[in-house]
Amino acid sequence: MTKAFDVSKRRLLAGSAALAGIAVAPGITLIATSEARGAGPATSKNRWGLLIDSTKCTAGCDECVVACRTEQGWQGHDRPTTDAQWIRKVSLKDNSTGATHSLPVMCQHCENPPCVDVCPTGASMQRADGIVLVDKHICIGCRYCMMACPYKARSFVHEDVTDQKTHMPRGKGTVESCTLCVHRIDADGIPACVEACTEKAENAMMFGDLNDPGSDIAKELSKQVTTRLRADLGLEPGVHYRGIG
Amino acid sequence: MRRFLGILVLALLTFSAAPGTLVSESMAGESRVPLPSPAKAFKGEQCVEPAAVMRREHMVYLQHQRDETVRDGIRGKKYSLKECVACHATASPKIADGSVRTLQPFCAECHAYAAVTIDCFACHTDKPDNSKSSAVLDDDALMAMIENHLKSPGNTELKQ
Ligand code: HEC
Ligand code: HEC
Ligand code: HEC
Repeated sequence: MTKAFDVSKRRLLAGSAALAGIAVAPGITLIATSEARGAGPATSKNRWGLLIDSTKCTAGCDECVVACRTEQGWQGHDRPTTDAQWIRKVSLKDNSTGATHSLPVMCQHCENPPCVDVCPTGASMQRADGIVLVDKHICIGCRYCMMACPYKARSFVHEDVTDQKTHMPRGKGTVESCTLCVHRIDADGIPACVEACTEKAENAMMFGDLNDPGSDIAKELSKQVTTRLRADLGLEPGVHYRGIG
Repeated sequence: MRRFLGILVLALLTFSAAPGTLVSESMAGESRVPLPSPAKAFKGEQCVEPAAVMRREHMVYLQHQRDETVRDGIRGKKYSLKECVACHATASPKIADGSVRTLQPFCAECHAYAAVTIDCFACHTDKPDNSKSSAVLDDDALMAMIENHLKSPGNTELKQ
């Protein structure tokens, strides 16, 4: 199998699930919902993505990693082989010239995600707006998705977790990865890593809607050719890199 | 069997909450049938549905909204687990000397009684964003606490 992914079935299923969602909500409402902003649902009108400029990203800087860890609460136990890692800084070296560059790698939010294809329970999933998630409620911890991911973007939670963030439940025995800060996106915000890079570092990360030709990210993408990691696999990642091609 | 027990318990609870029944008169403590006494809500005047409905149906609402939120990105609806925590997490002298608000005195009180085990809080925190019971109360919660205090001498009755 090379590039032949059958996405139509999944699309169809996602569509019918969204329809079923509309026909519910009976019952008496006594008090209004607390906050009705960003009420959703996620639709395929949007396709969220990132543009990472590795010519701006500096080697010693890990503000994006720190911001992610703080936002989502995945600080580890000083056990590098098993600790969760939702985003990591990677250094590349051109052996012929010795030139190096640095870039953050996280879940690439593929359009054809292999992690979703291999999941036996449907826990590994793609939202209508392209965000790839683990529905931990039905994750059985088999870790097939971790093996299927060519970017090594997913982690398994090996230990009991306490003091989680209210917006990011985490627990032993399930797989997790970058959610593109779905809780922020649903409230019209931007991912924590992008915010940190813009405010505290070199402004090397941009977030936006790849489907909207008027968005800043779409305009930037149209200016200059970008690279997607392992584009040869045909996974159509939502994360674009500049300066590594 | 467990299902049946649960329904029986719920029926009992609902019955006892109806004002004027014999059971509710004897609820103040001397009842011969021991009943769970979930802690009073930390804030809010009423639940997201009438309390009698919540007693029966909360697990259905939670599960439904869970799927809607995670899979379809629908947020801000009323049966959010995060919001249950915001209203129902209370401090108890039994937990960290009353210095943190958790869901234990509320959810666990009933579940222990009905032999229900839930795993939700292996992942979800049962502490609200500002969980310290002193110092960091927002105005809303403070007013609610004072009101609750004035209204209820016994804090344990299951009246609505
Ligand atoms: C706005 C605050 C608020 C929210 C949000 C809220 N509740 Fe309540 N709930 C209350 C109040 C007030 C009562 C009435 C009894 C009391 O004072 O404790 C109550 C009663 C209940 C009861 C009946 C308790 C009894 O004494 O028999 C259950 C069960 C319950 N809630 C579950 C939930 C669940 C589950 C959620 C989340 C989906 C939730 N509540 C969200 C405020 C809230
Ligand atoms: C293995 C970890 C895990 C367990 C166990 C778990 N959840 Fe979740 N839950 C999550 C994650 C992750 C989210 C997504 C949070 C987000 O995107 O905001 C979530 C979101 C939710 C939401 C929507 C967000 C909110 O706060 O309203 C509800 C409702 C919910 N879970 C209910 C439950 C209930 C009820 C249980 C127990 C029967 C449970 N969950 C057990 C991980 C878990
Ligand atoms: C008034 C008593 C009462 C309170 C308070 C209460 N529960 Fe329950 N809950 C029950 C009973 C009884 C059952 C079992 C019903 C059955 O099996 O039919 C149950 C079942 C559940 C289930 C389904 C468990 C399963 O294995 O299917 C979930 C999830 C749940 N409760 C969540 C909560 C949460 C979260 C809270 C606190 C915010 C809470 N409950 C507070 C009485 C209560």
